[in-house]
Amino acid sequence: MTTRMTLQVNGEAREVQIDATTPLLYVLRNELELRGAKFGCGLGECGACTALVDGRPVRTCVTATGAIGERSIVTIEGLGSAENPHPLQQAFIDEQAAQCAYCISGMIMTAKALLERKASPSDADIRNALSANLCGCGTHLRIVRAVQRAAGVMRGETAKPDDAGMKDEGVQHAS
Amino acid sequence: MRPESGTGLVNSALPEALSRRHFLKGTGAMAIGFSLLPALMPRLVAADTESANGVRPAKASSSDVDAWLLITGRGELVIYSGKVELGTGVETALRQIVAEELLMPMAATRFIQGDTQLTPDQGYTAGSNTINQGSVPMRRAAATARRLLFERAAEQLQVQVDQLTGSDGNIHVAGDEAQAVSYASLIGNGLLEASIDQELAFLDADRYRLVGQSIPRVDIPSKVFGRFTYVHDLTVAGMLHARVIRPPDTGATRVTAELKSVDRSSIPAGVKIVQRGNFLAVVAEKEWQAISAADALKVEWHSQPRLPRMEQLYTEMRAMQSEEKTIASSGDANTALGEADETIEAVYQWPYQMHDSIGPSCSVANVTADSAEVWSSTQGVYPLRSCLADLLSMPEDAVRVIYVEGSGCYGHNGADDVSADAALISQIVGKPVRVQWSRADEHGWNPKGPAMVMVLKGGLSSEGDITSWTFDNWTPPHLTRPIARMGAKNLLAGNLASDLVPDGPAIGGDRNAGVTYRYPNYQVTTHWIPVERSPLRPSALRALGGIQNSFANESFVDELAHAAGADPVAMRLNYLQDERAIAVIKAATEKAGWQARKSPQRHLEHTDEMLSGRGMAYAQYKNGSAYVAIVAEVGVSVDTGIHVGKITVAHDCGLIINPDGLRNQIEGNVLQGISRTLKEEVIFDQIGVTSLEWGAYPILTFADIPEVDIVLLDRPELPPLGAGEPTIVAVPAAIANAVFDATGLRLRTVPFTRQRLKAAFSAA
Repeated sequence: MTTRMTLQVNGEAREVQIDATTPLLYVLRNELELRGAKFGCGLGECGACTALVDGRPVRTCVTATGAIGERSIVTIEGLGSAENPHPLQQAFIDEQAAQCAYCISGMIMTAKALLERKASPSDADIRNALSANLCGCGTHLRIVRAVQRAAGVMRGETAKPDDAGMKDEGVQHAS
Repeated sequence: MRPESGTGLVNSALPEALSRRHFLKGTGAMAIGFSLLPALMPRLVAADTESANGVRPAKASSSDVDAWLLITGRGELVIYSGKVELGTGVETALRQIVAEELLMPMAATRFIQGDTQLTPDQGYTAGSNTINQGSVPMRRAAATARRLLFERAAEQLQVQVDQLTGSDGNIHVAGDEAQAVSYASLIGNGLLEASIDQELAFLDADRYRLVGQSIPRVDIPSKVFGRFTYVHDLTVAGMLHARVIRPPDTGATRVTAELKSVDRSSIPAGVKIVQRGNFLAVVAEKEWQAISAADALKVEWHSQPRLPRMEQLYTEMRAMQSEEKTIASSGDANTALGEADETIEAVYQWPYQMHDSIGPSCSVANVTADSAEVWSSTQGVYPLRSCLADLLSMPEDAVRVIYVEGSGCYGHNGADDVSADAALISQIVGKPVRVQWSRADEHGWNPKGPAMVMVLKGGLSSEGDITSWTFDNWTPPHLTRPIARMGAKNLLAGNLASDLVPDGPAIGGDRNAGVTYRYPNYQVTTHWIPVERSPLRPSALRALGGIQNSFANESFVDELAHAAGADPVAMRLNYLQDERAIAVIKAATEKAGWQARKSPQRHLEHTDEMLSGRGMAYAQYKNGSAYVAIVAEVGVSVDTGIHVGKITVAHDCGLIINPDGLRNQIEGNVLQGISRTLKEEVIFDQIGVTSLEWGAYPILTFADIPEVDIVLLDRPELPPLGAGEPTIVAVPAAIANAVFDATGLRLRTVPFTRQRLKAAFSAA
C-alpha cells in the first residue's frame, strides 16, 4: 500500500508516493534520483548509505521512510557541488582521498556530523567517528587527512602551501 | 539522472562520451589503428547518428573494433581503452601516458573504456598489467599519430620534420614560434587513418611533462559530489528490479542442491517469479518490492552436506588428488637437505578469502529477441560477452557488453555473475532488468581467493649458510573467470540454470612460489588441485597466489635466519645479486631505521604484557615485475591481539607515471594486506559459506590503521611496471616476522586472530 508524503530533502519539499516501510535509501535513489548514497549491506553495518537527518548521520538502508516525518534530510548532493564544494568535498579532492570511492559519500556525511559537533577533532576522534564506516580499498589514511584538512578550513585556517595533498616527497631517483 | 530523451536506451548517467557521434559531428578526425577505414568510419558515424534518433546502433564485431585513438578536428584526443578504471586510477595514468606521447594537454583527452562495440579487446583488466602492458598499444598509436602530424606540418610549413617541435597540440619550427600550426587545423574536416607503426621510438624520458607528475585523478571530483555514475546508478527506461534466490550450498564450487518447491502464495501478486532449472528470481517494478519478495518467498531446496569440515580443510587439501608441477629447481635440493647440518620444516596455511567490495555487485541488462545490451563492472567485456552469448543462446555479435565502474572488486567478485543474472532474467521477462546482489549474495557467492597450504624445508651448513630449500604448495587454480568460448560454466547463472561446473586453467597458485634468492640447491613444486575439488569456488583475488606463497617464503627465510642466528636483513642480502632487489631492501630498512637483530627480542610470558617488534619481508612480484620491501612494526599482547603500528614500504616499479596515484595504490595494498593477514577468513559448514555479513567476516576498520611510510624508487629510463598488487604480497610475512621478533611466537596460519595468538602462546 502506498501513501503520499512530503520529505524535506536538501532544503526542498519533495513529494513521493511510496510504501511507508520502504527504507529511505531506495526512496532517495529511485524516487528522488539522488544516487550519491549507496547500498552496501542493508544491515546498517558499513555506512555507505549514510545521510544526515536533522544533522545526525543515519543509515538510510535500515530507516523506514515513514519514520522520517518533517525532519530535514541532507544527502551528499545537498552538501555541495563542483561549482560550490563543501570544504569536506574539496578536502577529499585535495588529498585524493578515494580509490573506488563507493564508500566516500558515507564517509563525508559521517565526517560532516562529526565536524558540526567538534570543530577541532583529533585524529583519534576522526577514526572513532568513522569506525563503523567500511572501506575495502584501504583509503583510510587519506580519509583521516582529508577530514583533518576540512576541519582546518572550516575553522578559517588557510592551508599552507606545503600542505598541498599532491606532494611528491620520498621519490628517489634510483638511476 | 533523468533518462535522456530519444535514445530509449539508458539514462544520462552514462557518459555522453560513449557515443562516437559526439566526437565526429561536424569535424574531421585522425584515427590510429582503425584497420578497416575508410570503410568503417562512415558506418560508425552513421550508427551513432541513428542511435541518437532512437534507432539501435549497428553491431560491430570485435575484428572491426581496432581503434586506439582519435584526434578530432577540434583538437580532442579520444582514447579507446580495452583496459578499464577499477577505482585504481589507471584512467588518469593512461591519459597521462597517451597525452604525453602526443604532446597534447591532459584537458584535451577523452577516455572511452571497455565496450565491445567501441574499444579493442585487451582481455581482462587484471594482474597489475594495465600500465606495463595495456598502455603499450595506446602509446604506439600516439607515437604514430605524432609522426603523421609532424609530417603534415613539415609539408605545410615547408621545413624538415626534424626542424619541428611541439607542445599542447601545436607544432612549430624550433626557435620560431610564429611558424606554427595546430593539430586541429592539420586535421580540419578530413578523415585520416593509419595503422599503428610498431617501429617508432617513444618520446625520451627527459621530455616528460605529464608522466611522472601527480596529476589529480579525473574521476574523484564527481565521486565526492555524489554525481559519479556507478553501474549501481544506471537506469534504463522501463527497467524492472530483480533479485535471485539461491540454494543453500552457498559459494560451493559444485552447486548440487535441487529446487523442490516454490510457494507462489508467499509473495504479493504483483511480483513475478522466474525459474530456469535451479535458477530462481523475483522481478518487480520497485526495488524494495523485489528485495522484500526475495526475503519472503518460501522455497524448499534439497541439499546434502558435501564440503569438508573447516578444521579438516588443510589436511584434506594435501590429500586431494592433484597434479604436480615443478616450478623451479637447481642442483639437488633433496640430497643437499639430507647432507645439511641442520634442517627445519614449516607448514603455512592460508584460508579462503573474499572480495571486500563495499557495494555488492550490480548490473543492468536489456535483452530482446535479437540483441542484448549488458552494463557491467566486469574486468573483461569481451570474455563476458562470449559467455553471455552462450548463456542466452545468441550469437556473440548480437551481444554488447559495456563497462561501467562498480565498487572496488580486487579481482573476480560477483560482477560477471550478476551480469549473467540480469541478462538471463531480462531475456525471460522481455524487459530491461537491474539486479543488485544483497550483502549475503556477495559475501557468500562471489568466487573466493583460494585456500592454500605451503610446506617448506630448508638446510643450513654449520656456518649458517642456506644449502637447500624445498617448497611444495597445494592450491586450486586462481582463475575461473568467464573465458571466451568456454560457454556459461563460469557464470553462476549457468551453474544454476544448466548444472554446469566451473573450470579454469592452472593459473595463479604458483605465483611467487619460487624465490629470487640464489640458493645453491632448490626445488619448488606446485600441487594443482582441480577446480571442481576446491570446496569453495576459487578465483582471482588481488595478487592471486602471490600473497600466500610470499607469506610462506618470506616467513621461512626468517625462520632460517633465526636458526642460523643471523639478522633477517643480512640473511636475505647474502642471497641476492639483483641491484634493484638490494636497493629496495636497503631503502626500506634505512627509512625504518632497522637495527640488525637476532629475533626474537623477547619471549611473551604473560597474557597481559604488550611487546613490540619489527619484521621485514621482500618480494619481486611475479619474480619478474615490481620490487617491494616492507618493514612492519607491531605491538603484540595475547589479551588484545596484534596491532600493526607502522609499515614502511620501499617500492620500485620502474618509471613512475603518477607518484600520488602510486602511493594511493601502495597504501591500499598495505591496509588490505593487514586486513587479510589479521582478520579475514571465510567461514563455512558442510553445506556452504556461513559468513554472510561484515560481522562474521570482519575487515580492517579505522581503529586498526597504522602509520604508513613510503619510499618510491623512480627509474625513468626503465619501462613502467604495474603497481596494483605487488605491495600486498610482502605484507603478511613482514607482520608474521615482526610478531616473532616481538614474542618468539611463530604464526603460520592466517588470519592471526587473537584466538590463534592465544593458542600459539599456550602451545609455546
